[in-house]
Amino acid sequence: MTASTPTAHGPAGHADHHAEPSFLRKYVFSTDHKVIAIQFLFYSLFFLLVGGALAMLIRWQLGFPGQPMPGAGVLGDDAAPGGVIAPKFYIGLVTMHATYMIFFAVMPLLVGTFANYLIPLKIGAPDMAFPRLNMWSFWLMIPAGVLALAGLVVEGGSAAAGWTAYAPLANSPDYTGVTGGQVLWCLSIAVFAASSLLGSVNYITTIINMRAPGMVWFRLPLSVWALFITAILAILAVPILAGAVIMLLFDQILHTHFYLPAVGGQPLLWQHLFWFFGHPEVYILILPAMGIVSEIIANGSRKPIFGYHTMVYAICGIAFLGWMVWGHHMFQSGMNPILGTSFMVSTVLIAVPTAIKVFNWMGTMWRGRLWLHTPMLNAIAFVAMFVIGGLSGIFMASTPVDMYIHDTYFIVAHIHYVLFGGSLFAIFAGIYFWFPKMFGRMMNERLGKLHFWTTFVAYNATFFPMHLLGIAGHMRRIYDPNAYQFLQPLQPLNTFISVSAFALFAAQLPFIVNFFWSLFRGRPAGMNPWRDNGLEWTVPSPPPHGNFAHTPRVLHGPYEFSHPDTVEDFLPQDQPLPARPGA
Amino acid sequence: MRHWWFPESASSYAGDLDSLFYLILYITGAVFLVVEAGLLWFVIRYRRRPVAAAPGAAEPKAYYIEGSAAAEIIWTMIPAVLVVLVAVLSQGLWYHLKDGAPSNATPIGVMVKQFEWQFTMAGADGRLGTDDDITRKDHLTVQVDQAYQLELQSIDVIHSFFVPAFRLKQDAVPGMTTRAWFRATRIGEYEVACAELCGLGHYRMPARLVVLSAEDFTRWQAAEAPPPPPPGGGGGGSGQ
Amino acid sequence: MGADARPQFRMTHGRQVEYGLGVYSGKLGMWVFLCSEVMFFTALIGAYIILRWGSSQAWPDPTKVLNISLTAFNTFLLICSSVSMVKAYAAVSHGDQRGLRLWLLATVAGGAAFVGVQVYEYLHLIHAGVLPSGFREGGEIMEALTRAGLPTGGHELFGAAFFTMTGFHGFHVSCGVLCMIWVTVKAFRGHYTQAHHEGIEVIGLYWHFVDLVWIILFTIVYLF
Repeated sequence: MTASTPTAHGPAGHADHHAEPSFLRKYVFSTDHKVIAIQFLFYSLFFLLVGGALAMLIRWQLGFPGQPMPGAGVLGDDAAPGGVIAPKFYIGLVTMHATYMIFFAVMPLLVGTFANYLIPLKIGAPDMAFPRLNMWSFWLMIPAGVLALAGLVVEGGSAAAGWTAYAPLANSPDYTGVTGGQVLWCLSIAVFAASSLLGSVNYITTIINMRAPGMVWFRLPLSVWALFITAILAILAVPILAGAVIMLLFDQILHTHFYLPAVGGQPLLWQHLFWFFGHPEVYILILPAMGIVSEIIANGSRKPIFGYHTMVYAICGIAFLGWMVWGHHMFQSGMNPILGTSFMVSTVLIAVPTAIKVFNWMGTMWRGRLWLHTPMLNAIAFVAMFVIGGLSGIFMASTPVDMYIHDTYFIVAHIHYVLFGGSLFAIFAGIYFWFPKMFGRMMNERLGKLHFWTTFVAYNATFFPMHLLGIAGHMRRIYDPNAYQFLQPLQPLNTFISVSAFALFAAQLPFIVNFFWSLFRGRPAGMNPWRDNGLEWTVPSPPPHGNFAHTPRVLHGPYEFSHPDTVEDFLPQDQPLPARPGA
Repeated sequence: MRHWWFPESASSYAGDLDSLFYLILYITGAVFLVVEAGLLWFVIRYRRRPVAAAPGAAEPKAYYIEGSAAAEIIWTMIPAVLVVLVAVLSQGLWYHLKDGAPSNATPIGVMVKQFEWQFTMAGADGRLGTDDDITRKDHLTVQVDQAYQLELQSIDVIHSFFVPAFRLKQDAVPGMTTRAWFRATRIGEYEVACAELCGLGHYRMPARLVVLSAEDFTRWQAAEAPPPPPPGGGGGGSGQ
Repeated sequence: MGADARPQFRMTHGRQVEYGLGVYSGKLGMWVFLCSEVMFFTALIGAYIILRWGSSQAWPDPTKVLNISLTAFNTFLLICSSVSMVKAYAAVSHGDQRGLRLWLLATVAGGAAFVGVQVYEYLHLIHAGVLPSGFREGGEIMEALTRAGLPTGGHELFGAAFFTMTGFHGFHVSCGVLCMIWVTVKAFRGHYTQAHHEGIEVIGLYWHFVDLVWIILFTIVYLF
């Protein structure tokens, strides 16, 4: 086979054209997708920590209601008089916990960090199609994040209408008791939407236009497919959120009445708009995670992904069906019951492509030669936990059953099984897997396994009992369940969940220590420590600016593990498949 | 610990809802066991074991297979059939919950606001909007085995009328009247909760739903009925 | 592959890449961006349609509240600026630098005039008591409608929807005008050639989109 085409912009050529950029240009206002990805990584991990801390406060109140929390003095007398969390602060906590986790942690991790880092490298491109736009997409997250955090410190407290901001509750301080905080929430979402938009334009254009020769569509790694479809979802769904939030903002500051019924506005209009965005949004939160898991399970099993083409179609099927199910969040809303039936049908159907993916992951592991490195453990946990989340979704899909479990902790359990058991385990898997490529150093395997096992146990101890709470009728967003007699016997469960949650938070310490220690003292990684096939493993760790000295030529798909005719049990995409012996 | 499951079922359709829940539980439980057992088995059985290979020999390999159309078809069709089954079996109960109120159902007016429920019960005439209506805050009294049609209205934000023992939930949306119905099947006292975040006091909106036998109910109604209007005067107000 | 089939690879910035859709990145990126804009305006216009035609009240007749003839003229201005945009693109495609510059200036003028007329219309409406929160009691419009016995129900929503939709459209036009000025400056510096004028095509796409949204808005909001 011929050598790949030399380019004008290999690292050597690059240095001739530009003087060495300043520190600011190289690490702060960088247009290099890898630097931007790492910026997103630090940004999101910070918000993951903040979101987790808020969850600890929530769980303190639920586990030990009305009791002063150690150290709560720092929260001030408004939020926690005498160290006891106040009801208004509590609702602000549940609102901002979800807001930070969804918009400022998980999305920037999956669609900021991994999309930015992996797409150009895995398709054989030197960078994104629009590097400066890419830089802007990160820097817009700074004002968005500041606006989001500001709510915690302004007078009147943070937004307190839930992350779903239902109208008319969210529209007026008369209802929430919150003035600036709710407006800040709207503004932070609007700025976030702009950032998301710039990112998605980049990902879609880059994947269509900048694939190296030979990287035809059905040789794309599944992580790239997932990120591509996710970006399309984001392009179409996030603007709906922007429109809805702008109308909410105008109701708050311009005295409009879009969602206020007194003069003909419609509260249900908000729900329809929000969930029309909101349902594709949850697929935005899970599809990239599924893509990452596919890469790691194939790698850890030393086997091709089982059913690659089907996996691609399943991603497309999930994304397509995801547009038609939004009403399942509104079964009890007063919406026409006939719509309840139609949304129930479309909702149960989404289980099908999802099931296909789960079985294909299992098929990949079957008869594999499992290398249970830390990323693989996290990826397997994703499959095991996401299945639980998906199956619990079937209960909600049934409209009559949903009548009972809507707005109970059964829903909270479902959310956290798919978002933590799903997305977050995949994120951990991805960080452990690509950290060596990003930073040139391995993370410590022992600490990684300690982190994994403690997280796995504490996570299940925290969230599985929430199913029971929901079945017993425990509502969501309740400051003090003991106000209801039928909830009082559930207090021991709540306390158990809270203690498990504290353990879960503490279990992240090995990860934090491992991450920062490995940045400076990790074992040098080499080019391909996981013996993987992706193009990113054919360049140094970390890759130079411009990624590839010569444009790669892609010769086959990304999952040629354990091919009978290769010497090794893996075969990078730019290496030829050997001719059959005796041919 | 017996409280860590469904509350008692006290309405005519609670049992059906629970049965549907259990059906879904068996189906999903079976899938759960298959998947988790499978994963566990694979992790144990296919874990790579260190092989005493000859020096310079390459890694032993896994089984190379790209997929199986037969497997794809099987694990597409079976989940599809199962979930469609769930939808089909659910539809009857959904229709019953939404549209199954008997025509002789007694109306109840529910007016909810931050943070209390106001119930208007029809008096002996069985009609709302007449002089013998009984209005109470956070307290609803009904007769066992009698169907009631709720008309829910909210003054301010969205609330949700939730009676766990009846398995009944319906959002009350300002600017609309929403409807729900029930028939209580057991005498007793049940709690009503608000199930949609409605502000600071969302957590403290319990109401009491009392189900009385026919005689007790008639007695209650007679005792609670507002006094008849004085001759020539305006209508009496309802007692609290 | 046949000789007339599309090529297997393209060149982009000196590198060989898969053919993709055969559309250069700037144009593809703009198309993707415009898809998101379609969704954004769909949310706003969809909300308006639901609020207006789902309302039990009779909304004020837009023809009695808004200045249809002035806005019709404004629509004509914007369409003309789209035409001048097309002419600018045609000029540079044929190497006519002078034509490019003149037609770009005409486009800027048309867009800026549109915004100007919109601002004038807004000021006039606000003065007559038409606000995002509704028609002011005692304001000119409210008085006129009540005197004539015409419906004023839903006027709060009318005001809200009107200013939100046309305001965001006007914002998009304004951003377009600013970009167009920048492009025009570059054109005067000779930045666009017959061989390379992607920037003209890309901003032209945005400009036509903004025009199309306006035609839809004008029809739905002003004429119905």
